[in-house]
Amino acid sequence: MRRNGGLGFIYLSLLVALLLTVMPMPQQVKLFRPDWALLVVLYWTMALPGRVNILTAFLLGFLTDVLIGTVLGVNALAFSVVTFIVAVNHLKIRNFSVIQQALLIGLFLALYHLLLFWLSHFLTGVYFLPAYLWPVLTGMLVWPWLFWLLRRYRRQFKIQ
Amino acid sequence: MNAIFSRGPLLGLRLLLAVLCSVGLMVVDRYTERSTQLRSFLTSAVSPLFYVASLPETLLSGATEQFMSHQRLLDENARLKETMLRQNGQLQLLGYLQQENSKLRALLGSAPLTDGQRLVAEVLAVYSHPFSHQVVLNKGKNDGVTVHQPIIDESGVVGQIVSVGPTSSRALLISDNTHAISVRAERTGIRTVAEGLGQWDLLRVIHLPQSADIRVGDRLLTSGLDGLFPEGYPVAEVSRVQQDESQPFMTVYAKPYAQLDRIRHVLLLWPGSRLEDVLDAEEPN
Repeated sequence: MRRNGGLGFIYLSLLVALLLTVMPMPQQVKLFRPDWALLVVLYWTMALPGRVNILTAFLLGFLTDVLIGTVLGVNALAFSVVTFIVAVNHLKIRNFSVIQQALLIGLFLALYHLLLFWLSHFLTGVYFLPAYLWPVLTGMLVWPWLFWLLRRYRRQFKIQ
Repeated sequence: MNAIFSRGPLLGLRLLLAVLCSVGLMVVDRYTERSTQLRSFLTSAVSPLFYVASLPETLLSGATEQFMSHQRLLDENARLKETMLRQNGQLQLLGYLQQENSKLRALLGSAPLTDGQRLVAEVLAVYSHPFSHQVVLNKGKNDGVTVHQPIIDESGVVGQIVSVGPTSSRALLISDNTHAISVRAERTGIRTVAEGLGQWDLLRVIHLPQSADIRVGDRLLTSGLDGLFPEGYPVAEVSRVQQDESQPFMTVYAKPYAQLDRIRHVLLLWPGSRLEDVLDAEEPN
């Protein structure tokens, strides 16, 4: 029972992230919407790599695909790859300061968007616009707050 | 903690599995016929999420209406009444014109234009990922919505339904970069195709030879040749024409009439079984 404690809370946070991903917003704000689902799954991978890793990321990516209507599997693959990198290096990343982490997260987000663009370009022939990269910046800016919030959340409910 | 370290080599295997599954999904979704069914099923499975996600906005707009001042409501009411009066006046004329048009068409022996059934649907979510311009509507199979059904709003064509769940459905917008629509220039009657670019306010008009007569400001209407969209609905206005003699085709861009980024309500069209109507019309002769 101790081992299973808090799994529900993890899924709850992932669900909230998915809701934020599809929440209707004005068009000008939408362009800057951070990739909530990816950010939250990266936090859990870093904090509890034994509980949340590639399988969760894959499922969450798949749900994101279904919700936002990209070709099925595109987000699933990009989520899995980025989560893999974080899962392998979670001990190193944990030791960085929050600012350093935010920079790294920016790098991961850039990789995620690159993968997403490549796959979509290959599958549906999308064109690249520099505006697609705004979520990288907003994701970096959001990370310290998200990290703080989720750590409090994790400690509050003693998720481990 | 030990469990994590013993998982080290397993991670690579998991990644491989995830990548393989993803690639499989992509192939199934992109290159096979079953994807529409799969999408429809998944759309219905996740539709509660959309209802929950749009809840704050619904509450907010509900609250705004609640606290709107009496005077503003009266003003709005007066304005709406005026609009309705004006449009009713135009409709009277339209009824007469339609009648005349169908008589003339009957005289010419061409197919009558059918005026199909329509239904108002509300937009639950506009997903604006640059790679997929889609909206989720609050009408589904229970309301008789079917795949490939055209949708319009008050100013022009919006898109078409791509997957249907029991109480919600998903529509692809004309600005999505996998969407193309057959159009006709109103002024000259040139038939061409307008494809989406993944931008909200831009369509590209393709395959127009250098000699084609097209100008900025030309209205593009649906041509009805794609067999999906009924003929004569406004789609876009030509916004830029570039002629470069070294290129085989002109570069023409158009701006959609429908405000795709801020649609709230759309009309679902049932263009009517036009072919059967034609057959019915021909039988008495």
